[in-house]
Amino acid sequence: MPEPMNAPISAPISALPGARFDGLAHIEEAGLQGMITLRGDLASKPVKAAVTAATGAKLPALRQGTQGKSGMALWMSPDELLLLCPYGEVGAVLDKVNAALGDAPALAVNVSDARALFSVSGLGAREVLGKLCPVDLSPEAFTPGMIRRTRMAQIAAAFWMEPDQSFRVICFRSVAAYAFDLLKDAARPGASVGVY
Amino acid sequence: MSTRVATGGRLIDRARPVRFTFNGKSLTGFAGDTLASALLANDQMLVGRSFKYHRPRGIVASGAEEPNALVGLGQGARFEPNQRATTTELFDGLSADSQNHWPSLEFDVGAVNSAFARFLPAGFYYKTFIHPRPFWKHIYEPFIRQSAGLGKAPKERDADSYEHFYFFADVVVIGGGVAGLAAAKSAAESGAKVLLVEQGAHWGGRAPVDGGEIDGMSPEDWIAQTLAALKSMPNVTLRARCMGAGVYDHGYVLGYERLSDHAPGGEGPRHRLWRIRAKQVITATGAIERPLSFAGNDVPGVMLASAMRDYVVNFGVAPGQKVVVVTNNDDAYRTAIALKQAGITVLRVLDARSAGGGALMEEARALGIRIDCGRAIAKVSGGKRVTKVAICAQEGQGNALEEIACDALAMSGGWSPVVHLWSHCGGKLTWDEAGAMFRPDAARAPTGADGQPFVLAAGAANGALALDAALVDADASGKSAAKAVGFKVKRSTAPQGSTAEESPLAPVWLMPRNAGIELRMKAWLDYQNDVKVSDVQLAAREGYESVEHTKRYTTLGMATDQGKLSNINGLATLAGALDAAIPTVGTTTFRPPYTPISFGAMAGDARDALFQPLRRTPMQDWHETHGAEWEPVGQWRRPYAYPQPGETTHDAVMREVTNTRQAVGLLDASTLGKIIVKGPDAGRFLDMLYTNMMSTLKPGKCRYGLMCSENGFLIDDGVVARIDEQTFLCHTTTGGAEHIHAHMEEWLQTEWWDWKVYTANVTEQFAQIAVVGPKARQVLEALGGMDVSKEALPFMTWADGTLGGIAARIYRISFSGELSYEIAVRAGEGRALWDRLMQAGAAFGVMPYGTEALHIMRAEKGFIMIGDETDGTVIPQDLGLNWAISKKKEDYLGKRAQARSHMSDPTRWKLVGLETEDGGVLPDGAYAVAEGVNANGQRNTQGRVTSTYHSPTLGRGIAMGLVLHGPDRMGEMLEFPGTDGKIHKAKIVDPVFYDKDGEKQNA
Repeated sequence: MPEPMNAPISAPISALPGARFDGLAHIEEAGLQGMITLRGDLASKPVKAAVTAATGAKLPALRQGTQGKSGMALWMSPDELLLLCPYGEVGAVLDKVNAALGDAPALAVNVSDARALFSVSGLGAREVLGKLCPVDLSPEAFTPGMIRRTRMAQIAAAFWMEPDQSFRVICFRSVAAYAFDLLKDAARPGASVGVY
Repeated sequence: MSTRVATGGRLIDRARPVRFTFNGKSLTGFAGDTLASALLANDQMLVGRSFKYHRPRGIVASGAEEPNALVGLGQGARFEPNQRATTTELFDGLSADSQNHWPSLEFDVGAVNSAFARFLPAGFYYKTFIHPRPFWKHIYEPFIRQSAGLGKAPKERDADSYEHFYFFADVVVIGGGVAGLAAAKSAAESGAKVLLVEQGAHWGGRAPVDGGEIDGMSPEDWIAQTLAALKSMPNVTLRARCMGAGVYDHGYVLGYERLSDHAPGGEGPRHRLWRIRAKQVITATGAIERPLSFAGNDVPGVMLASAMRDYVVNFGVAPGQKVVVVTNNDDAYRTAIALKQAGITVLRVLDARSAGGGALMEEARALGIRIDCGRAIAKVSGGKRVTKVAICAQEGQGNALEEIACDALAMSGGWSPVVHLWSHCGGKLTWDEAGAMFRPDAARAPTGADGQPFVLAAGAANGALALDAALVDADASGKSAAKAVGFKVKRSTAPQGSTAEESPLAPVWLMPRNAGIELRMKAWLDYQNDVKVSDVQLAAREGYESVEHTKRYTTLGMATDQGKLSNINGLATLAGALDAAIPTVGTTTFRPPYTPISFGAMAGDARDALFQPLRRTPMQDWHETHGAEWEPVGQWRRPYAYPQPGETTHDAVMREVTNTRQAVGLLDASTLGKIIVKGPDAGRFLDMLYTNMMSTLKPGKCRYGLMCSENGFLIDDGVVARIDEQTFLCHTTTGGAEHIHAHMEEWLQTEWWDWKVYTANVTEQFAQIAVVGPKARQVLEALGGMDVSKEALPFMTWADGTLGGIAARIYRISFSGELSYEIAVRAGEGRALWDRLMQAGAAFGVMPYGTEALHIMRAEKGFIMIGDETDGTVIPQDLGLNWAISKKKEDYLGKRAQARSHMSDPTRWKLVGLETEDGGVLPDGAYAVAEGVNANGQRNTQGRVTSTYHSPTLGRGIAMGLVLHGPDRMGEMLEFPGTDGKIHKAKIVDPVFYDKDGEKQNA
């Protein structure tokens, strides 16, 4: 469907507006975020051009994210990236991506509403995610700019680390409540592991 | 009697008394006690009853190997059975109850079994209860089950919380004794990231009790110094009260951390399961002392020599006042010395070796302890407590030379390295003749993906029992592990241990060597499961040669302690009976966990609201507040129906169908899978995936398609919409979204990797609402913004636009046979659209409908449902869907399979409609019977019901079913016997009951 040109009468809502929790870490639903799944040959010029056109960022390396002027590019798999941009600009950014891709065999699709986004910050953030995801979250192993597609307890999830060492966690929208409850449970007071 | 001695006890704090109860009796211990040490301090030696004979059982060990002292711990929501008193740290308010006794621990009716022990030998159950056959199920088994089992199952919900934690390390060291500390330190000094876990609350293991010197210091000082050094290293993580529970492939290690068992009720989790990935694993798990097999070795008061020493030195508890020690090695002299130094009377050391021991024996003798060499225990007397022992020559049949009155007996049969964690992942053992023990064979270590060893044993766990040897071995293991990970190992000398020189042990598997049957029948191997020397010998006589079979026949080592004490003695006994060498008999398999771990730890956070993810659509809140009853579909909960006040569920379903057929209904269809398939080869790809032709579909149009597995069976169906020349949107069933997407990716990645196609699962990007019924168009027109007329948007087309101010894509598709629009909007606006449709639809009588109304309407229309009409054995041809199978295509997934003779067999049951004779509803899944019976004497069948409902539209029961030659038998009557005893009659009819010409959906 076309992205709406006019301001809609209704305002789109994120999966769990306003959800937040303070415990071993600060957990917050991060609201609406423009997200575009881009699949294609990551080594090809059109895909690189599309990434730059969308975000101003360079093509990210394996399990890395890159920050550009207008957004972020995150490595998702050998043939898939996730592009971040402001929610309201997804339509325009998709047009730019498709223009840059031209005839190249690739797929760019808006997945902003298919996901929920959480921010996990504070001193306990590494341990909170370490209870849920089979990922080495020690400060030596996981550093800002890294992304992992992984499993969070029983659901698929991905997270990356911001320069301030806070995490952004994405999961499917339908399991946003489960994901938030998981993060809350892992961050409950008294449950510190004390290793990071 | 057992008492607290006036002084000593390195682990207890005499200034902090702790109150607890045992079987309701109020008792006092000290902070630092274990439940076992506190019970002994209160003269509570009797702690339980054995499984089979209900024999009195006392505390025999001081650690994880304890087979007897299992208690029900806690109350109500914190009750847990089978907890080992020896590893339970005492806390204020602890309440424990002994197990497996009735009516009381002191007087137990089941103990009568003991008197008949001679009639309950190994394999007794198998032999006795097998005939007559029916008796097993109705008499023997219920009786045995009633008397079986140790602990009681908890009745209340667990009050505590649990969690998992993922951790990664270069080297994981399991066991925090001096060997573990030394190994961790030498590995960490190279720079490797090290995790050291210790099952108990204290570091250093046995060394402080066993004595000696390390680097010129007392073991305690060395432990404190090493611990401080490790704590100061940023690359080391130390965890006490964390047991290495299992070692698995690829360096996966489970750690079982008990955070609050010693102080329950606080904040935070009770247990934490560490899920560790290690590049190298060091098992520094120590060794376990073996009991000696003599008559009456199970009488309370008979204890492992090392355990008795632990109670004296660690807890200031004297397990008896007048003690006899019996041994085949030097180590037990340490117990005699420790007891003597604590002021306890040591009546005698009986050393089975004719020449006795070395320096430690001399030290004991110098303390004035009488030592008799070549002597053994003939028999222990006493019921609930040792009263006397009869002494005999070890090389004899057990003729008593002398009797000594005593109240405790310390025994040592040598030491067995704890090889469990080494063995979990395939590490092999070698028999050490000199030490009479199995120890890890470094040449046959568990190997990782690269074929290289990833587990090393260290210290006593590696067979290096002496302090000096253990430290050298551990230091080397730490360095080897670090080197294997890729670190440069610094040169350093191993900690220097010094300890008394020991004389060799003499293997003693039966005491005395030629004990007669009367003694062997009272010589216990497995205390918990009541397996005796005579039982294993009987098994051997009856032809059991394999140790694994003997284990199962006799139940040796099958109790909750998994044979930590009985294993080696049992297999040595078996070897003796078979006249075979011990290594040829071998051990049983060591399996994780090392000791039982809690269900809570395994479940982690997966309980209550987090038991399983529940997927929610953007309209879920609305459904909840409008009284929806739910139908689980995968991990979704879809509204089944929306009963109104005063309505039954059935009433609601009937109303929802009728209202949709007559006015307009709304269905939340967001859960249906939506997969984008794009690329120059997308059409070609879909032609392979679907049985019908998709490449010819024009942009703007929709087509219903079927998907089969490569074996030809129908796996999914749905409507495909062509978006543009290169882009398709494939709808799948609700349950199919993920696996159909995976199915697509599998074929693209493994078979057609050169096809230019990309897919994306966009199921959750959209909220999708079906607006269904003769007034559907009017509702959409009331919202405005899009031309939804028959001309602009005919059946099986789609259009983009803005509906009521919301960007929308409308598909004219119908699963009900009615005029129907499925409207997809971005998920973030799904709720807004739903609200607007309800509002705009009010004037037209709009009502939401659930999945049951959906099912009825599709059945009225003769539409199949994946999972009802299909069950993994059904092909499209069975369902009369030949029209959806392209004859033009060269190939599609399943085509070849469908050409197999069985698939084209004309006797395959085929889809028909069924109409009951009396208008009632056929039972779901009922079979249509045919004449005669099959080879098993069962009635022959000729069809079965796949879907059955009451149709409010037709005012009667309708059903679909698969029937032999069904489509050729229209009008025939079939009989369906129900589980209610009635025979339901139904007529074979066309499966389309409603609007066969499709006038309504095309309207």
